[in-house]
Amino acid sequence: MNSTLLRTTAVRSALRAAAPSASKRAGLAGTTFVRGKATLPDLPYDYGALEPAISGKIMELHHKNHHNTYVTSYNNFITQLEEAQASSSIEAIQKQIALKPLINFHGGGHINHSLFWENLAPTSQGGGEPPTGKLASVINESYGSLDAFKEKFNTALAGIQGSGWAWLVQDVQTGAVGIRTYANQDPVVGQFRPILGIDAWEHAYYLQYQNRKAEYFKAIWDVVNWKTAEQRLK
Amino acid sequence: MELHHGKHHQTYITNLNAALKTQAEAVHTSDITTQVSLQAAIKFNAGGHINHSLFWQNLAPASSAEAKGSAAPQLVKQIKETWGDEEKFREAFKAALLGIQGSGWGWLVKVEIGNEQRLSIVTTKDQDPVVGKGEVPIFGVDMWEHAYYLQYLNGKAAYVENIWNVINWKTAEERFVGTRADAFKILKASI
Repeated sequence: MNSTLLRTTAVRSALRAAAPSASKRAGLAGTTFVRGKATLPDLPYDYGALEPAISGKIMELHHKNHHNTYVTSYNNFITQLEEAQASSSIEAIQKQIALKPLINFHGGGHINHSLFWENLAPTSQGGGEPPTGKLASVINESYGSLDAFKEKFNTALAGIQGSGWAWLVQDVQTGAVGIRTYANQDPVVGQFRPILGIDAWEHAYYLQYQNRKAEYFKAIWDVVNWKTAEQRLK
Repeated sequence: MELHHGKHHQTYITNLNAALKTQAEAVHTSDITTQVSLQAAIKFNAGGHINHSLFWQNLAPASSAEAKGSAAPQLVKQIKETWGDEEKFREAFKAALLGIQGSGWGWLVKVEIGNEQRLSIVTTKDQDPVVGKGEVPIFGVDMWEHAYYLQYLNGKAAYVENIWNVINWKTAEERFVGTRADAFKILKASI
């Protein structure tokens, strides 16, 4: 396959449609002529590795279908944005602005899930082992104990009205940590740095827990990768 | 349907009643801060109750006479006048449903402006209900993942395609020719 072919929309669409082609596209993205395409990252563990907290079926659909749709849609809308930016006519600017919510949603979906996969781990790879060092200290200082923190975090998750995420964040100015919820796929950007996120969309738990989302929120702490969270904290 | 009705809808009702009870106490003690802080919970849970109550009524088994467009002659006439033909209306409704980011609903709404009645497709987020001035909900489609995930997984386009087979056009016609109070009658009967 040569560079001229890759520039055509038809081939891009075909590549996108051929999910899951993560490794193939990751390879292509490494070459110079496909500029900055987002790709679906591989999971650092098997789909079934987080059982019984999260079923393999959920993980597979969540990664291969949901996350992949955010990736392909994000690439699609970024391509449209690049085309719209070629002009500064009123129509082109209208198009650019109209694309912003779509980029926020699909780009946010890609970012959120990429961070989420990394802040989970099977128990055999350290999942559920409590934080150490600076992160352990700030959680204890801010919340009293890890259990008290989890309780606050689960209350925040349960309070989300509709689809969204809860995050342990760090204020980039003050360094203080806090719990914040975000609607839909709004990403943690700007004043706050994402440390640890839990997906509260129904697709994250429905096949296994149905309407009993409190059970999902309780179980997921068994597979939280605190090592990743520690590395994100500054 | 069983989980959706027996668990999800029931939870909205339980939480609404709890919030209304707390609110009544806060009104009794003139605790304005608590009254205001309860508003989001009341809107969300009341919205969930209203939306689902309307939704069940605007669905019907595919084999029934109610599920045929012929059960709604006046509504279908106005749909054709507004969108050109039924197919274009369905396409517009489908696009609106699939464009919802996160949880929400799509509604066909009758808007009364003076003596005029217009049809419009609106989407609402989470459980926000269609209760605006002069707005009458004709029929709604639930786009929360709990409404389709066990059957369609991430294939929500197929859910949106198949929901047309079970729309209750008889109910839709009644809401279209009736008033706003008529559409919400079911709520009064169930409280």
